[in-house]
Amino acid sequence: MKCRKCGATAVVHMRQHHLALCKTHFLDWIVEQTQRFIEKYHMFSPQERLLVAVSGGKDSLSLWDILWRLGYQVDGLYIGLGIEGGSDYSNKSHQLCEDFARERALKLLVVDVAGVYGASIPEIAAITHRGREKPCSVCGISKRHIMNRVAREGGYDVLVTGHNLDDEAAVLFGNTMNWIPGYLVRQSPVLEADEHGFVRKVKPLCRIYEREMAAYAFLRGIEYIYEECPHVGGSTTLYYKDILNRMEMDRPGAKLNFYLTFLQAKEGGLFAPQADRGRDTLSACPTCGQPTSAPGECSFCRMVLRIKEIG
Amino acid sequence: MAVTLILRDQEYQVRPGMTLRDALRKLEILSESVLATRDGEMIVDEEILHDGEVIKLIAVISGG
Repeated sequence: MKCRKCGATAVVHMRQHHLALCKTHFLDWIVEQTQRFIEKYHMFSPQERLLVAVSGGKDSLSLWDILWRLGYQVDGLYIGLGIEGGSDYSNKSHQLCEDFARERALKLLVVDVAGVYGASIPEIAAITHRGREKPCSVCGISKRHIMNRVAREGGYDVLVTGHNLDDEAAVLFGNTMNWIPGYLVRQSPVLEADEHGFVRKVKPLCRIYEREMAAYAFLRGIEYIYEECPHVGGSTTLYYKDILNRMEMDRPGAKLNFYLTFLQAKEGGLFAPQADRGRDTLSACPTCGQPTSAPGECSFCRMVLRIKEIG
Repeated sequence: MAVTLILRDQEYQVRPGMTLRDALRKLEILSESVLATRDGEMIVDEEILHDGEVIKLIAVISGG
């Protein structure tokens, strides 16, 4: 199979685009497509300061690499979750982020959850009994809280995450299966900043397939953590991704079509305004000042206070 | 006569002469969920697999 642009041997064939490319043109294509989506969804300008959340995984490190190549002002944020599970998972992923940043002379901010808050994510989950013996719920709450806090305190204009098309389609699938209107109406390539204290949050890879991101990382020689989080077993995200990939096998483009037509339908008024009540009921957490829908402290601060009580 | 495919630490054997896509289908591995490399270089699904070749598959799907 030949590269459509130059006729050299193709190394990636994207059936959903009827497009096969060689290594050079594929790497350029991914960068061009990312820039196209940044502009299409008005994600950010070259003058704005970006903070990209990096986990050591292929998507976030590849995204940082792409934004760096495009010349944006972009620092990285790694959150040390303290997840080991016998595989030294967090330490390995941290080291990969440090190596990546050093090789490109990029700035990496690091927040070690245990060091700052007194307990690792699995410990917080165990102490607060949150999440039915898995730390995933605590992990999500903590990462969102810390990302927004660091972005605000550091004066960053935009928080950038490496969610890819497969991630977005799986979340959309799950929210549709369970008809969660609040989540559906808020799923978007861009979540704007608001007066409550949320920093603008964007997903430049939202239309790029996970397999394409893996190919990008491989072809760029980006070292990333191959092992899965030790707590991923039984994950509904993986289950939904598998279902969607089976559909994609039979109908190339199914995942992309599912996501894009959802965005178009939302734009066309699919959801009534009252479907999203979340942001109408936000107030500032008295402890950290970040927005919360709960009365009193936000979920994250309640967990931290519990840790302090235990001592 | 065989082609070896390796995914994580698992080895699989298929007959030579089929495409990578057919080999993955036979092994019930979704092509969307892996990258395939031969001698360190990525190959597309339409590649014909030859006797004695070793194809390393890289899992691409993450759940975290």
